[in-house]
Order: sequence, then structure tokens, then C-alpha cells
Amino acid sequence: MSTLKRLKRREEIIEGALKLFSKGGFYQTTIPDIARTIGMSVGNFYNYFTSKEVLAKELLLYISEYLGERIRTINESDATTQEKIRAIVAMYFEMVQSRPEMIEYFLRIFLSNREVFGEGCEGTVCVSAFITEMMLFFDDGVSCGDLREQDFFSAFGLFMGYLGGMAFLCGEKVLPHALDSYVDSITQNIYRALKT
Amino acid sequence: MHSKPKALWLQGLTCNGNSHSFLNHPQLGILMERFELLYHPHLPCTLSLEAVVTCMHECDLLLFEGAFEPTMRRAGVALERLLEHYGACAAQIVAVGSCASFGGVFGSSGGLDAQSQAWSEKIINLSGCPIHPEWLALILSGFAEGSAFALDAQRRPKALYAHLVHHGCTRNEYFEWKVDAKGFGVNEGCLYYDQGCRGVLSHGSCNRILWGGVSSKTRSGQPCFGCTESDFPRRDLFKTRKNMSIPHEVPLGVSKRAYLTLAGIAKTFTIERLSKDLMDD
Repeated sequence: MSTLKRLKRREEIIEGALKLFSKGGFYQTTIPDIARTIGMSVGNFYNYFTSKEVLAKELLLYISEYLGERIRTINESDATTQEKIRAIVAMYFEMVQSRPEMIEYFLRIFLSNREVFGEGCEGTVCVSAFITEMMLFFDDGVSCGDLREQDFFSAFGLFMGYLGGMAFLCGEKVLPHALDSYVDSITQNIYRALKT
Repeated sequence: MHSKPKALWLQGLTCNGNSHSFLNHPQLGILMERFELLYHPHLPCTLSLEAVVTCMHECDLLLFEGAFEPTMRRAGVALERLLEHYGACAAQIVAVGSCASFGGVFGSSGGLDAQSQAWSEKIINLSGCPIHPEWLALILSGFAEGSAFALDAQRRPKALYAHLVHHGCTRNEYFEWKVDAKGFGVNEGCLYYDQGCRGVLSHGSCNRILWGGVSSKTRSGQPCFGCTESDFPRRDLFKTRKNMSIPHEVPLGVSKRAYLTLAGIAKTFTIERLSKDLMDD
């Protein structure tokens, strides 16, 4: 099989597994379930990932890189800090709508099954691509005088905790309005909370 | 027997720090025997300052210490006039210290090479506050032997300034694993994150050619101030500027994205050996 085909097949496993894990949970989803969903034999699955735990870590890396790439594009734009906040909020909410399995995986699998992500995913190792871009966003914001100097995690928690909370409420169908209708107000709240 | 090259040491606005540092060279006498020292404010020499300012003499090597201030006078003669004369006849001019090289602490009119196009090709900038006596000894020996020095873009000898002060720092392992020093003067931890150390941003050989033959700022638990760079001195020398816990400046030539990625991963791990006191546990 050519490298390109192999990569494509690998991505199919990742996409299929993301959907299954986010719906059924980590322990309830089996490798045969995943293999069946994408039309692959269980034996062949092991040619791509040696265990369910290895796959779980790869999924986290995949989501982190997906988010990181999008935030990087925003970071590298000429937008103001406030515009960047809006772009990150809008991107995240769009992702909640179009790729709910990614957010679900992060919130329901990664955060709830930390024992799975021990060795090889210590600390921020598996979410480094995403965290690094958020660091660069905050660094730029303080450098240009828009954002107040403070501990990184105080600001990061406020920003991403807020978005994660909204994603959770959306998933629980608690929100009275469409998620994207909150982009402007949430942008304002985050900016006001962090600005100089 | 060939005659010795004539060396002349002039001073602009200076604290004499480079002269004093140079006086600490253990082989100063042997080194200076290779020159006819026309004038130095603190060393035995053949001319008085009054004789130097007549501009009736010539030198082969001009050593200039301190910031150039055109209105300044030496023994009643404008410094500008003295530099014009001795700069023109010297085969080489050494800007001794950061004030002479870049303006430094006094900094009114920039470095010596900004003063005249005619000199600029002759100048070797020996930046540092102060210079290490061995650095000047290298340049003097090279001049006496007719050796040419490869220079960097700021006309500093690459032999001394190609590396960063970080190279040879005994705290490198702490830097790699992001174990930060808990204060000044301690043996353990890296001084980059909190104490303002600029070893990863500054060109110099302070950790390769040790001070007093045994130590350096970082080895004694003090941060490198980056005194060899043209933007010295800066504010808050004992503090690392950070933006939401992220260092404002990262190691030279490394993108912030690359630095943060590696630092974040390194910080994840606790290296027991590096978390212990080296001597007093």
C-alpha cells in the first residue's frame, strides 16, 4: 500500500474512532467497533495503532494540532487583539457545531479518563500544539499593550474554560439561542476581563 | 631587531573599568613588553598626556576606552582632534569595552566606528562591561604577531564573540529541563526565567574564558546582563521581562513557537536529580 493510501486509512481510523469514543465513551468502545465502522479487519487495525490507549493519545494530538493550526493562522494575521479573540471564539464555536466529536472527545474522554493518558501524554505534551499557540496569542497581546500582564494559566483558564463551558452547555442543549449568536458577547467579556 | 609596535591608550567618558580589568591580567608585564606603550593613564609609558595631545607622535595601535564625546578635552585638546590624528596613523583601532564599542552606559554618540568612515575598517570592537583581560591580551598578541581576526557584523572578533554566553554555562542542564533558580547566588537552577539572565541572547565567551580563571557571573549565581551587546545597558537587569509568564525574549535565533513548544514539554517532567541541592542535601 502506498504511503499516501496508508495515511488516508490512518486518518479514517482517527475520524471514525473520534466519533465512536465521543458517543460511546472510551471503555465502552472496542477496537472491533472501530474496525467495523471503517470497514477494516481488527488485525489490520493493529498495523496502524498497537493499542486503544495509543490510539487515544493520537486522537488527542490530532485535535490539539487541528486547533493549534487554526489558532496559528489567527495569530499570524494582522488582526487586533480583540479581533483575534473574536476569531478564536468564532473558530471554536464553529468547531463545536461542525466537529462536535473533537470537543466532546476532549471534554468527555481526555478530561474524564486521565489514567489512559499517563505515559507519553504527561502534562501538556499531547496538547502542546494548542497550548503553544494560546501562549503566543497572550504573549502578543501583552507585548502590544492590549492585555494585562498576569499569570498565563489565570488568563488561559478564563478564556478556554469559558469556551469549554459554553460547548458543554450547547451539548446539553441548555442554551436558549444558537451558539454562534454568543460570539460577540463572549468576545466582549473575554476582552474586558483580560485587557489592560 | 625590529622595533616594537607603538601602542597608545586614549580615554573618552569612562569609569576606567576596562583599564582596571586589564591590570588584572596575570602576564601583563610580559604582554606589554611586546609594545612600546606611548601612553596609558595607569601604566608606565614613554609619553606624558601633554606630549600626546601635541599630536606630534604616531602610533601603530590605538586603544580607545570609554564613550566618545566630541566636546570632551584631554589636557586642553579636543578629543575629536586626538582621535582624528591618532586614528589616521594607527593600523588598527581597538574600541575597548562597550562604551567605546557601542556607546554603552554613557552612550551619547554611539560607538567609535560611527565617528568616521575613515576609521571604520580599522576598528575592532571589544565589547563588554568590562572586557575580560584575556580578550584584550588576545587582540594585542595578534597585533604583535600580525594576525588578522575574523570579525562579526558588529566588528567583534569571532574568536571571542561567535558563541553565546550560554555556551559553557554550568547551568545548561537546568535550562534544558526548565528548572528555574530560586534566587540569586544559588548553585542550582537556571537564571533565565526569573533573574534576567541574557546568556542565551548575548555573544561572549564569559563561560569559556573564565573570570579570574575560575568563575563567571552565571557560575556564581548572577545573571548575564548581556553587556557585550549594543543595546546594553537595559532596564531591570535582575528581572526577566515576561508576558503572561512567557519570556518576552527567547534564545537567539529560536522562534518563540519553537521555544515554547520545547519548554512546555520539558517542564512537564520532573527530574529528581535536578530538583535537589547539589552540595547541601
